[in-house]
Amino acid sequence: MVVGRIYRISGPLVIAEGMRGVQVYEVVEVGEDRLIGEVIGLDGDRAIIQVYEDTSGLSVGDKVVGTGRPLCAELGPGIIGTVYDGLQRPLSVLTEKVGPFVRRGVKEYSLPRDKKWHFKPLVKVGDKVGEGDIIGIVQETPLVEHKIMVPPGIYGVVKEVVPEGDYTIEEPVAIVERGSEKYEVKMYQLWPIRKPRPYVQRLDPDEPLITGVRVIDMLFPLAKGGTAAVPGGFGTGKTVLLQTFAKWADAQIHIYVGCGERGNEMADALHSFLRLRDPRSGRPLREKAIFIANTSNMPVAARETSVFLGVTIAEYFRDMGYNVLLVADSTSRWAEAMREISGRLEEMPGEEGFPAYLGSRLASFYERAGKVVCLGNPRRIGSVTIAGAVSPPGADFSEPVTQNTLRIVRCLFALDVALANRRHFPAINWLISYSLYVDTVERWWGERVGKDWRYLRDKAMELLQREAELQEIVRLVGPEVLPERDKLVLEVARMIREDFLMQDAFDPVDCYSAPEKTYSMLRIIIKFYEHGVKAVDSGIPVAEIRKLPIRTTIARLKFMRNEEVVEKVKEYEKELEREFMELGSKFGAGGVG
Amino acid sequence: MSTMEVPKVPLCYRETSSLRATKGSLLLVETVPGVKYGEIVEVELGSGEVRYGQVIDVSKDVTVIQVFGGVSEVDMVKCRVRFRGETLKLPVSLDMLGRIFDGLGRPIDGGPPIVPEEYLDINGAPINPAARMPPSEFIETGISAIDGLNSLVRGQKLPIFSGSGLPHNRIAAQIVRQATVRGKEEKFAVVFAAIGVTYDDAAFFIRNFKEAGILDRTIVFINTAADPVIQRIATPRAALTAAEYLAWYHDMHVLVILTDMTNYCEALREISAAREEVPGRRGYPGYMYTDLATIYERAGRIWGKKGSITIMPILTMPDDDITHPIPDLTGYITEGQIVLSRDLQRKGIYPPVDVFLSLSRLMKEGIGEGKTREDHPYVFRQLYAAYAEGCHLREIASIVGMEALSPRDKKYLEFADVFERKFINQGEYERRSIEDTLDLAWDLLAMLPEEELKLIRPELIERYHPKYRRGREAGSHTSSTQG
Repeated sequence: MVVGRIYRISGPLVIAEGMRGVQVYEVVEVGEDRLIGEVIGLDGDRAIIQVYEDTSGLSVGDKVVGTGRPLCAELGPGIIGTVYDGLQRPLSVLTEKVGPFVRRGVKEYSLPRDKKWHFKPLVKVGDKVGEGDIIGIVQETPLVEHKIMVPPGIYGVVKEVVPEGDYTIEEPVAIVERGSEKYEVKMYQLWPIRKPRPYVQRLDPDEPLITGVRVIDMLFPLAKGGTAAVPGGFGTGKTVLLQTFAKWADAQIHIYVGCGERGNEMADALHSFLRLRDPRSGRPLREKAIFIANTSNMPVAARETSVFLGVTIAEYFRDMGYNVLLVADSTSRWAEAMREISGRLEEMPGEEGFPAYLGSRLASFYERAGKVVCLGNPRRIGSVTIAGAVSPPGADFSEPVTQNTLRIVRCLFALDVALANRRHFPAINWLISYSLYVDTVERWWGERVGKDWRYLRDKAMELLQREAELQEIVRLVGPEVLPERDKLVLEVARMIREDFLMQDAFDPVDCYSAPEKTYSMLRIIIKFYEHGVKAVDSGIPVAEIRKLPIRTTIARLKFMRNEEVVEKVKEYEKELEREFMELGSKFGAGGVG
Repeated sequence: MSTMEVPKVPLCYRETSSLRATKGSLLLVETVPGVKYGEIVEVELGSGEVRYGQVIDVSKDVTVIQVFGGVSEVDMVKCRVRFRGETLKLPVSLDMLGRIFDGLGRPIDGGPPIVPEEYLDINGAPINPAARMPPSEFIETGISAIDGLNSLVRGQKLPIFSGSGLPHNRIAAQIVRQATVRGKEEKFAVVFAAIGVTYDDAAFFIRNFKEAGILDRTIVFINTAADPVIQRIATPRAALTAAEYLAWYHDMHVLVILTDMTNYCEALREISAAREEVPGRRGYPGYMYTDLATIYERAGRIWGKKGSITIMPILTMPDDDITHPIPDLTGYITEGQIVLSRDLQRKGIYPPVDVFLSLSRLMKEGIGEGKTREDHPYVFRQLYAAYAEGCHLREIASIVGMEALSPRDKKYLEFADVFERKFINQGEYERRSIEDTLDLAWDLLAMLPEEELKLIRPELIERYHPKYRRGREAGSHTSSTQG
């Protein structure tokens, strides 16, 4: 064990001397309060340490003790529903222990040690097990069956296994023997947060992650195992959109990392996860969610550990064969923490003062997303999907964090200040945003929901694109001089925007739009357009088409429940055809007369 | 000058007179063993004057001290530095109510010193996110543009983004005069911090508190433009420490007004430059976001505590530019913003609230049935959409002329004008209840064809639309008809 002394203190950065023998990324305990720090660099016998707690009160000469291990996450039953800080301390337990304010140097287990879990073994003595094999299960919450796996690196023959019953996580549930070595398998394992967990093989993300947000599911689909960036200026709804993902997306485990963001928002998220129910099972969302909260006024350096802790937990559940969604709000705050530390280290700054390794650090986070064949038996496939918010200063997307993120992620949901100011929410700008998963998820939509999904999507994009061009003209000469066909485009594009893309995240019905509903809604709008084109070509003015009562029906669809829409949409489509027919005959008759 | 009250007899005083250099407001001295990072020092000048400072960097050789009060008159011979072994603490007591202090918490109203009940670290401690209670109690400010469109709730931090010459001080004063939580008699208090403002501005607020008869429920901290820049760093923290004492120790609902945060950020930049730090955007330090967050995040509510802290910072946007780092970073921390518009100001509208740029993020939790009125969320959205449409058409009309617009479009144009003149505009001493505000909104919405009110549930239209309301009121002979 290495013991050194503090040489210099500057904010979250401490330099200690006499530290020969510590490793980079080793955890050290600093000062009398044993504050948690991490070695981020070595210089002779000096170690550069970033401290994850407030450093006020430390003195030159205070003791710094190496722990010999990197920063690890504790992974096991008891993790679901918990609110952790960036060092995986359970915040609710801390509240009971030290009151409502964050204090330094408090040590607490991440997982409860005294709680007993009902363990059901799935292996018997004499079975050969390898790394990642599932040896038993614990029903952690009604929504999550926690699979107890042999940790990576361990394999051999089961020498002992406990009978079904209640155990704490410290009690070994199995003993695996390899040659003369024995390994006790417990219900929890430790894993260094900066090291990706192993898997067998990576797969192409080809199944959409249904978010319930129409503009995303239909126009810019996210895939299970995919990555997305959500940049936007303040007030454009980043947090609301990410929370919508975290609440309604069809993943089995939801991890919400609040990193350098608002405390009240975090409180609101925690509260609403307790109250809201999963649309598929009807159970409280908290039964499948994990929170990591490091608000903006909590120690800066712990922002980095928050995101890596989050993704490590995500990989752990992925290894059980689950689809995991991780949302990180906001990666810019993490980047700023990097900038602060880098500045104090007097490193050569890159763009806007950010360190030159900004891009590679961001990549080491996003690259841990993916759909994989998991390690071990039985064979299973799991995925980690990451959606990260980016908060560009002045809503200027050319800044380094946004640009470096865009080089890595495969979906961009660009939030637009102008749209937000018009209260078009979600304020996803359809002209800038993109998804590279459109081609890969097309098959899923075609098979499961509707064959013409791709057609509808492309048509909608085309109309929106055309609208943007026409708007330029309208701005110069006004809308009345446009040809009727273009007027129809404007009218239908407006329907797409207002009746389809706009979605109220707080309306009890509209907050989640099931794939069938999303598809049906766009389908009837495109149908309206197609009939409209025919009508216009036969000389009917757009002003008349605008008055059709079916338009009101279409506008109300978003507030109808999924089943209701699916049930009635055929009827409405008939109604639409009938109204156009009547309009046609009225004008045909008028023309004759 | 009276000396600041700090806990008597710290365990040990370390003292040195080995000064090395000064740099801006920083003082570099040789390190004395045992100096703690962040501790408070006393710098005693040759004249006997004592200034306070804080250790902001310490290594084996050199200790860097940030001196509150600046380094003028510091010399290398007679000057002595004493280390107090503790962080900056504010003596607090309920007797602070009704008193006026300087930026470091020393009385400047000629009254007696405070007999402290407690000494609190001015940096406070972050509220554990798990202990936070989501804010949801509607505060009625009596201002339609805020109550109706950007509702404030207890525990929120909602800044006013203003520009030089705009009436942000008058609006803040009106809010302080009028703000109440409906149906409740509770202990409330106001903490007011003037940061680098002119004496006139500070006097304006104090006069207002007096007129409103709430001066004895107010604690005032004043750091005027003439005071040392470095004290500006401590002023908002001292104010929030007092607020925390009132809220968490004495169950009070505290409204904190911080004006002007732009001066605070300028001070931060000045100090950062003196420390030769790598600058971020426009020379502001890269940690400005975090620094501001440690101030604003002290707002909130806590499970199991009765009190609350609501913060209303005021800042003037340099050159009215909302993308300037100060409003930009503030907007990323606060739960929305009230933005003032020079255009509306020119039209003679008070308060000139820019409806499009303003936002209250916590509004949805504080309005609706049982909180304000069931139609509020819908009316809000419809008003907003209609005004947006009106303004959009106004732009088009200015290019293509009114003739090119349809009758529907003309209705919207008219709506936008009336909305500005009747809804946003109101008297500085006019107090509108939330019902008045919502009824007024309905009267305006009634100008539009009913089928345009797409964002309001039909049953609510039937209940509140003047057309039906009047019919019903006439039928049932209820007295209060809307004028």
